[in-house]
Amino acid sequence: MTVYSVPGAPGSKITFKSRYENWIGGEWVAPVKGQYFEDITPVTGKAFTEVARGTAEDIELALDAAHKAAPAWGKTSPAERAAVLGKIADLIDANVEMLAVAETWDNGKAIRETINADIPLAADHFRYFAAAIRAQDGDHAQLDGDTVSYQFHEPLGVVGQIIPWNFPILMAVWKLAPALAAGNAVVLKPAEQTPVSILVLMELIGDILPPGVVNIVNGFGLEAGKPLASSNRIRKIAFTGETTTGRLILQYASANIIPSTVELGGKSPNIFFSDVAEAKDAFYDKAQEGFVLFAFNQGEVCTAPSRALLQKPIYDSFLGDAVTRARKIIQGNPLDTDTQMGAQASNDQLEKILSYIDIGTKEGAKLALGGERADLGGDLTDGYYVQPTIFEGHNKMRLFQEEIFGPVLAVTSFTDYDDAISIANDTIYGLGAGVWSRNGNVAYRAGRDIQAGRVWVNNYHAYPAGAAFGGYKSSGIGRENNKLALGHYQQTKNLLVSYSENKLGFF
Amino acid sequence: MSTPTITASVTIADETVPRVQLAPAAVDLLRSLWEEHGPLMFHQSGGCCDGSSPMLFMAGEFITSDQDVRLGQFDIAPANEPSQPLDFWMSAEQFTYWSHTFLTVDVVPGRGSGFSAEAPRGVRFLIRSELMTTMTPFADSADSDTAGEDAVASATKAVPA
Repeated sequence: MTVYSVPGAPGSKITFKSRYENWIGGEWVAPVKGQYFEDITPVTGKAFTEVARGTAEDIELALDAAHKAAPAWGKTSPAERAAVLGKIADLIDANVEMLAVAETWDNGKAIRETINADIPLAADHFRYFAAAIRAQDGDHAQLDGDTVSYQFHEPLGVVGQIIPWNFPILMAVWKLAPALAAGNAVVLKPAEQTPVSILVLMELIGDILPPGVVNIVNGFGLEAGKPLASSNRIRKIAFTGETTTGRLILQYASANIIPSTVELGGKSPNIFFSDVAEAKDAFYDKAQEGFVLFAFNQGEVCTAPSRALLQKPIYDSFLGDAVTRARKIIQGNPLDTDTQMGAQASNDQLEKILSYIDIGTKEGAKLALGGERADLGGDLTDGYYVQPTIFEGHNKMRLFQEEIFGPVLAVTSFTDYDDAISIANDTIYGLGAGVWSRNGNVAYRAGRDIQAGRVWVNNYHAYPAGAAFGGYKSSGIGRENNKLALGHYQQTKNLLVSYSENKLGFF
Repeated sequence: MSTPTITASVTIADETVPRVQLAPAAVDLLRSLWEEHGPLMFHQSGGCCDGSSPMLFMAGEFITSDQDVRLGQFDIAPANEPSQPLDFWMSAEQFTYWSHTFLTVDVVPGRGSGFSAEAPRGVRFLIRSELMTTMTPFADSADSDTAGEDAVASATKAVPA
């Protein structure tokens, strides 16, 4: 067991600055209007630094810097860009604990997750896209004996990216790595709930990138996000967040006739067929853990397995075992490596989760575990903690239909395969899903029949670079985490070349 | 004089019962934001980070379509003042799963809410929900998905709690 020191305390891995400005053109730039907002750590509910409250004027400065940097950066060779991304990855790896403590303090998540998942995955994503851009070929076709069509990948130029707060560094990297690999310059706006950790990353890697290739402007959505998303100086806008803002961003993109990729959440089913309980063996233990993964990252994951579907013959026994297991989840100081569940990211997130627990009860769902705010006492008493919560109910309940984004699981039963698929697909979302079965045929068919972009089969919550990630239905447009993402940041140039001396003969 | 709760007018065809109201704290905040920004609108968001919350925009900023339902219209103006109409919208697909509940827009301390206009004030809007009282949407639906759909349909004739 290790308990990391609170940032700024003796022995801590990081001391935050008292104030963070915007990162524009390779340097720290004060916000034009001189305004700042407090950054609160969910661990204690207390402010720990202040951050630039950027506005349209700051977005313009960032766009100026990006436009200045984009032409030269876009002309660098894939090998040069891959080398830069590789250096970034190495620096991240060399500073995992420092970045992990910063991320945990900004977001509230347990340090074991930031150390083992968020930060190492961020490094690996840079390496993956460094490799992907070097391996990417153009295309050509010999259309006839004298005519050849060549297709080249070109960067889009300057792109905008708006980042969510649930994995602040990793989600930024999911978008930055393909954009930079493809040769674009970026203006990025972090979430206002978690504005600092990405700036800590920039302190680390800022010198590696040419000035202006990455620019970070913090601020509120209306004041900084909208001017970025609606700017006619970006060639693409990428967003992860929720459906209404996603539609608004697509609307702004349509006004500028630019592409937009949006990742908009989910209500992912986690289906357990009866055969998982044929033996109480290692696989059963794995399936049980797969059920309890609803509490991973405090449930603040777009793909959280927030609907568990259990086949009737095993419903009572499997649920009983799983509730016992979930009851043992260790909540505590997020800086303690033994802590399994940390704090929700903000006060309003806490309030929203509690409001869903309220409506779940009113809808008649049966509470099997938790259901309340958790007071962890001491310095943590004002932090934003919720008990792991399990409800039994019916798929038509709002509890089963809305993304709560907290450690709240809705459990229901199904009779047979068709019933399972019907319930699984009875949702407006299609981001993630889980299928658990010892029968490979059943698992395969279910994986193909579920309308979701990512179906985990006999595992859950793995996010390796290389596995395409994105939504069906109202969960969004586009794919990340895979070389497919390069295409979201590239223009296609076709050179159609005639090697014939002979005229067409028309005129 | 304390701020009253404001209930939205009925805007869905063939319905007679309101579906949404503003808690007093929401009324106060909306009046203040109207002073700052002018006419406003709500669109209820679906999932993910800042989602499942009502988003407040300048009226007309968010383009609604046949894929949206207008749940009601508030008039947030104080008594004897000129009308300040504020529509509350939701996507039609989301409404199919929400229609059995009566919604109250409240305000809590918080930070960040997409592009919603209240965020710079350090607060955010929050939905509190009640069942429409004359219905029992899932009473006999433990083994049947279709029972829930029947009950949801009947909610349109129900009265709010």
